[in-house]
Amino acid sequence: MNRRELLKGAALAVSGLTFGSSLLSNVFAVELADAPPPKKPYEEALKEITGGKTVTDSDKVKLIAPEIAENGAVVPVTVEVELPIEQVKAIHILADKNHNARTMSVEFTPANGKAYISTRIRLAESMNVVAIAQLADGSFIKAQKPVKVTIGGCG
Amino acid sequence: MPRTAMVKIDPKDYKKDDLIKVNTVIMHPMDTGLVKDKESGKYIAANHITDVEVYYGDERITTMKLSGSVSANPFISFYVKATKTAPLKIIWKDNKGDVTEKVIDINVG
Repeated sequence: MNRRELLKGAALAVSGLTFGSSLLSNVFAVELADAPPPKKPYEEALKEITGGKTVTDSDKVKLIAPEIAENGAVVPVTVEVELPIEQVKAIHILADKNHNARTMSVEFTPANGKAYISTRIRLAESMNVVAIAQLADGSFIKAQKPVKVTIGGCG
Repeated sequence: MPRTAMVKIDPKDYKKDDLIKVNTVIMHPMDTGLVKDKESGKYIAANHITDVEVYYGDERITTMKLSGSVSANPFISFYVKATKTAPLKIIWKDNKGDVTEKVIDINVG
């Protein structure tokens, strides 16, 4: 392929892209609201999950998150509970200073084979990411890690 | 309207009772409802995935609840134990009633 063909191809691809995105924005038109959704602070989210029970720190909960996240909009978080899957009912991921601290809750069954979840979350500022594991005997264990954010991700 | 979603499993070669990692991603803006629209000064309404359900055959094996604090185009990975030959169905639901479904086959021969 020579230079001219390459340039032509690139121009076509770009026009295709802009056409595509204008189509997309029509399909998913943005709705507006007068007020933001209600705030859910960390204590409230914690109470919702545990019902007021105590949560103990445990090294059985492995929380992998970066120490410094350059972009708060995409922070990779992985949680694994090193216990047999039969003993783990759910994993909850919380971000303690977000508008809605309760980020994600995952309920497992023995068919999962392993209590593991990996995702990407938003952090509005530097804060603690908390992973709480709900065990089959009704108790809760957790691990937490501070994450420094250079650019916030919640708008 | 269903959205674009992808499901990939790792490893591709597995035997009965192996643990399979399921990687999923769905194209979704995950609007938190906290961002202001520059023209009108109003808030862009919250529009995010609230529920992800995973079915293995007839059994629902994993239930997830998401909030707007999950990144746009949410990537989620989890494990499944390949105990039987059955379809693995993943259903994403958002707070506006949008439902997306994706099915892959688990084949243990």
